[in-house]
Amino acid sequence: MPDNHRHDHDHTEPPSDIELRVKALESLLIEKGLVGAESLDALVDLYEDKIGPANGKRVVARAWADADFKRRLLAEPVEAVASMGYVAAQGEQMRVVENTDGAHNLVVCTLCSCYPWPLLGLPPVWYKSAPYRAQAVADPRGVLRRFGTELPEETEVRVWDSTSEMRYLVLPQRPDGTDGWDEERLASLVTRNSMIGVEPARAPEEASVR
Amino acid sequence: MNGVHDLGGMDGFGPVEPEPEGEEPVFHAAWEGRVYGLTRLIGRLGLWNLDTARHARERQRPADYLARSYYESWLAGLETQLTERGLVSPDELRSGEASFPAPAEVAARAVRPEQVRAAPIMTTRYTRPESAPPRFAPGDLVRARNRHPRGHTREPRYVRGKAGVVREHYGAQVYPDLSAEGVDEGRHLYSVRFEARELWGESANPNAAVYVDLWEDYLEPAS
Repeated sequence: MPDNHRHDHDHTEPPSDIELRVKALESLLIEKGLVGAESLDALVDLYEDKIGPANGKRVVARAWADADFKRRLLAEPVEAVASMGYVAAQGEQMRVVENTDGAHNLVVCTLCSCYPWPLLGLPPVWYKSAPYRAQAVADPRGVLRRFGTELPEETEVRVWDSTSEMRYLVLPQRPDGTDGWDEERLASLVTRNSMIGVEPARAPEEASVR
Repeated sequence: MNGVHDLGGMDGFGPVEPEPEGEEPVFHAAWEGRVYGLTRLIGRLGLWNLDTARHARERQRPADYLARSYYESWLAGLETQLTERGLVSPDELRSGEASFPAPAEVAARAVRPEQVRAAPIMTTRYTRPESAPPRFAPGDLVRARNRHPRGHTREPRYVRGKAGVVREHYGAQVYPDLSAEGVDEGRHLYSVRFEARELWGESANPNAAVYVDLWEDYLEPAS
């Protein structure tokens, strides 16, 4: 972060330079009729509250519970998730890549921050950060270790660099000990990070203590 | 352009520092949400496209690009595009008050609240008609061309000159190098697999591969 937001005040004090700059831009664009105030509020609310990783968790849980849905998800992911109501920008084209004993998938965007918004919401800061974008393609095992993920040497790591308008979602492996679980319970084991591919899904015993 | 945004394989940034999942807010300050929303809504006015918007962020001075936070970069890109297109003036940005109106035909395209709330939510089509048959097919050995265009491109530096195998043909899609210049043309797009050692040399763990989406103009046959 640059030094244009000096922490010599607390946050009930006057707004920072950048807050003022954004406020000026917002009122200017509204005054010119280029942006509607209601549309702006609605859009920000949508990505703050509704479009987030809970969507992806439901998709993964359904794929674990329903073999037919999983086949559709891998073959025609856009249509499969549309059947659950997830149709939004940055999900127009998708591939779902499946983790197996032999292969582990990891998603990055080295050039910017491409990410499957309809299923995961907006990306976390670390995903957009220089260290992740720089290292995920060159040292994926090192990056995975930062998240506590140690893969067997014989597991192939497949990194997906999102350089086009194709978005990638990782289908994590279904944890052992979940036979007979319904979709809602399975969804509690899916994490955002497991769908980016930096971690496996939670084990059942992990979920019960959290 | 050989820009600072093309980060794949760079050293020296230190370790990835994740915030714990579940504790991280979507926006770390209210202004970030406003910048996100403004960028999305202005982006729907038909004045520019995703590639021109990306290119506006990539054209920041390298030191600025690295020093600014993510949404500070978005704000800078948005201000750059708005002023370059003459929609707002630097004085207006300072004052926050309009001194001249926006063209009526542009304001008429402002996104309505119902377009935000109902699916499909502000989607875009990226596929284009195929004007020629694809040059490559899955399984073909290809090499990423050693191109250094001065404008926008989505061919990362770390694959240039490297050989890989076509995994999938994604059809014809809008070609970013021209799209960033306002020219809308389709080119065949491929998912190409590169072995880690081809990209990073002998010190790389051999049991890894990187899949990169590359347009046909970025590729040549390899033998």
